[in-house]
Amino acid sequence: MKNSLRATLKRGSMAGVATAGTAALLLTGCGAAPEAGSTASATASDYTGCIVSDSGGFDDQSFNQSSYEGLKKTEKDLGIKVNQVESKTNNDFEPNLRAMVTAGCDLTITVGFLLGDATKVQATANPDKHFAIIDFGYETPVTNVKSIIYDTAQAAFMAGYLAAGTTKTGTVATFGGIKIPAVTIFMDGYADGVKYYNEKKGKDVKVLGWDKAKQDGSFTGDFEKQDKGKQLTQNFLDQGADIVMPVAGPVGKGAGAALKEAKAAGKDVKLIWVDSDGFLAAPDYKDIMLSSVMKQMGEAVETVVKEDKDGKFTNTPYIGTLANDGVQLAPFHELDSQVPAELKTELEQIKKDIVDGKLKVESAASPKA
Amino acid sequence: MTEQDRPKHVADENAVEDRENQAPAEDAAATTALDTAGGAMQPSAVPVSAQSGTVPGGPETLVRRIFTGSGMVSVLAVLLALILGGLLIASTDKQVGTTAGYLFARPSDFFSAVWTAATRSYVALFQGSVFNTRGSSVAVQFAPLMETLTIATPLITAGLGVGLAFRAGLFNIGAQGQIIMAGILAAWVGFALHLPLGLHLLLALVAGIVGGAVWGGLVGLLKARTGAHEVILTIMFNYIALYFLRYLLNTPAFQRPGESNPISPILDPTAVYPQIFGTQYRLHLGFVLAIAATVFVWWLLNRSTVGFEFRAVGANPKAALTAGINVPRATVLVMAIAGALAGMSGVAQVAGTEKVLTDGVAATYGFDAITVALLGRSTPWGTFAAGLLFGAFRAGAVQMQIQTGTPIDIVLVVQSLIVLFIAAPPLVRALFGLNPRKKKAATAGMSKKAATTGGAA
Repeated sequence: MKNSLRATLKRGSMAGVATAGTAALLLTGCGAAPEAGSTASATASDYTGCIVSDSGGFDDQSFNQSSYEGLKKTEKDLGIKVNQVESKTNNDFEPNLRAMVTAGCDLTITVGFLLGDATKVQATANPDKHFAIIDFGYETPVTNVKSIIYDTAQAAFMAGYLAAGTTKTGTVATFGGIKIPAVTIFMDGYADGVKYYNEKKGKDVKVLGWDKAKQDGSFTGDFEKQDKGKQLTQNFLDQGADIVMPVAGPVGKGAGAALKEAKAAGKDVKLIWVDSDGFLAAPDYKDIMLSSVMKQMGEAVETVVKEDKDGKFTNTPYIGTLANDGVQLAPFHELDSQVPAELKTELEQIKKDIVDGKLKVESAASPKA
Repeated sequence: MTEQDRPKHVADENAVEDRENQAPAEDAAATTALDTAGGAMQPSAVPVSAQSGTVPGGPETLVRRIFTGSGMVSVLAVLLALILGGLLIASTDKQVGTTAGYLFARPSDFFSAVWTAATRSYVALFQGSVFNTRGSSVAVQFAPLMETLTIATPLITAGLGVGLAFRAGLFNIGAQGQIIMAGILAAWVGFALHLPLGLHLLLALVAGIVGGAVWGGLVGLLKARTGAHEVILTIMFNYIALYFLRYLLNTPAFQRPGESNPISPILDPTAVYPQIFGTQYRLHLGFVLAIAATVFVWWLLNRSTVGFEFRAVGANPKAALTAGINVPRATVLVMAIAGALAGMSGVAQVAGTEKVLTDGVAATYGFDAITVALLGRSTPWGTFAAGLLFGAFRAGAVQMQIQTGTPIDIVLVVQSLIVLFIAAPPLVRALFGLNPRKKKAATAGMSKKAATTGGAA
């Protein structure tokens, strides 16, 4: 009974580890810690890094999770203490943030634009504490909040070019979860990449699911319902698309499922993943995973934490670009052979041009530097 | 046919009267009173409480029984859910896992680890919701209680809405949509109009209440006119409201100037509820309004003609119709009032705590409200108490998560277990040895009741 319970509660046991860790952390505060939560490899530090999720939680297979994992990594690498709290609803933001400040966090990372206001309020009330917010930039910068934002359009541009260069049917597709800038920036870049390919090669590859000019396209309405992603993908397949890029976190699995079925039925179809390398993050779809548009959130979090720990905190936004490897196009892995060498060279050239500023990738959602 | 039906209607109206009193010893007395309709007729051969299950649209449906179970069952259900929740917390605890490895060598270690894991979480839950013993000053010590009241505010008003509709026999699960519509209107008034202090907030409040009332009233109208089922209607109306909100948040009129994130501008300070006990707490005027709403619903149900009609319709719509009550009118009215109450939750959200409009404005309050009404047995003060309890769970969960790392989901599990136990009163009674069948004095009606509930559960 005990064992079967624990078998079904794998996530729970992870939380159990966290329990011990956090408890130990809090106990040290009272001066009675019997043991450390983890055997700190680096020199023990009093520095505490904290993170507050949005309502997606730390298991959202998207930006909450990547950021959390990045922070967890610093716990080992830098020997700092880590404290985390999940928000279930938007109502939890303020109490969670306040609790983090009270718990003595030196740097508190908040995830997503919804936390923008709450972060600003706490930052203004606690000028001696530092904050960082993922995927959100303030109109007027706050002195102790660092924004971590991404010019995802740059990498998505490469993905669009890649898709246009590999499609057999001359039609590629994309869809989003919810129409927010953090999502549409992928779609803008993707559409532009295809357009660039058409201009260079004199082809007419069509993009389904996103119209950059109108800033409108196909959305599933949330980041949860995978069956909607599957439906949309099937529609795209029916309209002749053979490469799909879902920008909808876990809903991308719905797209993967539809594409796998199509592949089983003999169609040559491919999937482009977003946020992290899909080959590793969604291994079920390895055999159709062409590439991924990666936002290296974990790395950015690590960098920001390290800077702050070393006393080099600034509120200058961190902008992930191709130049600083903050955004990247993932390797082709198993489908490497299907990408012509010529196309690979062209992609390298595009990357170089974007980094050098010769090629401008613009999106309404691009971070304003 | 009428000869046989009429006495039953009369009896059912008596049942309404009787529920109002809710005396502990009601069962035996009620059985007699119902059987003879207050002495106006010959006693029936079969006790009314045994018959009532078969009256079409009659009072003893399963849902009704769930909603109006005894108060004791509610308390015990909470207790049981907390115990099971504690076991669940313990089962995910690392120390418990380690000591389980040598359970037979030294069992005391294991049990003390289980005890520590569960109590540590619950102590944190208490400190996060009622009184923080570690606080440096009185103000800090009572901060958790203020937080509890803040979170309870929308739960109470939405719960009252659900409970009120239920008393009229309507299973209103549309609080979520009603909160959203109220939130949209109140927020719009709050950030788009710029009015003087006092008037601005009043207008936002009225806009929100009207929004909720219309959204609820529409359901009542459709039900009264077309006979469409209110459960289907309210579910669909929830979706319509959510997608309407998402659509609005993608239009420039509802976005901040120069930004394209789906989040509204911050409400003007003039449109925001004042904080009752100063700026260090989030507790706002909405809580006082929630108390007022509770008093209002109590008065409405127990002292007003309209409320009597609601209860009569809820007890037996056919009987109410025969007695000359305008059932369609009561249906529309009760849904509108329920919507208005849920609308107050929407206003509490945008003008009280959030101060902006996002697509998460209703959080899960609309659905939690059903549980709150259920736990409060659809009575105004019961709902109020249940709202406070759930507010405490929510507020405490944050501290529990931070202090002990216990996942916030555990609170959802406890909430769900409460519903489960309330839905199965015989199980709770059996676990605590309160099953009426064990008592010698049990009447035929009571044992019959227990048996049917058991079968249904």
